[in-house]
Amino acid sequence: MDRRELVRFEVKVEVLPREGIANPEGSTIERALPALGFETAGDVRVGKVIRLQVEADSAGAAKTIVEDMCKRFLSNPVIEDTTVEVLNA
Amino acid sequence: MSRRVGVVRFPGTNCEFDTVDAINALGGHAEVLWHSASDLRNVDAIVLPGGFAHGDYLRCGAIARFSPIMETIAAFARNGGPVLGICNGFQVLTEAGMLPGALQKNVGLKFLCGMEQIEFVSTSNIIGVGASAGELLNIPINHFEGNYVCSDETLKELEEENRIVFRYIDNPNGSIGDIAGVSNEQGNVVGMMPHPERATSTILGSNDGSRLLESLLGAQQVTPT
Repeated sequence: MDRRELVRFEVKVEVLPREGIANPEGSTIERALPALGFETAGDVRVGKVIRLQVEADSAGAAKTIVEDMCKRFLSNPVIEDTTVEVLNA
Repeated sequence: MSRRVGVVRFPGTNCEFDTVDAINALGGHAEVLWHSASDLRNVDAIVLPGGFAHGDYLRCGAIARFSPIMETIAAFARNGGPVLGICNGFQVLTEAGMLPGALQKNVGLKFLCGMEQIEFVSTSNIIGVGASAGELLNIPINHFEGNYVCSDETLKELEEENRIVFRYIDNPNGSIGDIAGVSNEQGNVVGMMPHPERATSTILGSNDGSRLLESLLGAQQVTPT
């Protein structure tokens, strides 16, 4: 039987409020930035980063597993978008 | 008149006893159901009370959705059983997909705690028995994530199907359409951010929550469509 070796992948998930969804944290920061002289900043959005390790036989498989987690649990698709990145691909 | 009401307690729930007391004071019989049970003990209605289920980790209600009791409650609701989610309970119902939309942080990033005036919009649901549209109620809120959001299509659907249960008169948290509570299509699942169990005595500032809980006690199981 061909047993492919499982590799442990380090995965980063970025969760951000969806385009068009109000982001009170982002807009509060956006309003504060000019006071510090950062006049050119805009479209500030605050989300979160989730780092995890997952065992899979390829980077692509690891990404698929984590994307499934995102859909079913790690994000709320009503208000959030996610980006999944395998760090040690 | 019913009736036995199951008030669900998750780790981190903190309004279960207020809710039980309020229901019992109205002549109902409420009991606390632990989240890991999967048996609803034949209750006639379910309340998901306020608090911080599972510490509100990840997102409010996100982890509570996986508590074993939620699967039984979803089946109970599909069969037309009355389910009321208050505050954190509303958040749990949206995360569980039993109500549309989501609740995010209040505009202004303030934790809000105080009396709010809300208007009954739709009364075709388990807490609207005997009420009429346009009636004003004073019921307190107590939340950080009460800012209701949904897609434009969902909002349109809620309006067309008369599923917006309450609107705030003076929107405190940024909710889309001033929404303070919504129902499912059949009207047997309702979620609301204000706390009716805290408005059950004029000494405490308002008795307007009592009628909502009385309505819940009298609510009949709807016929599943």
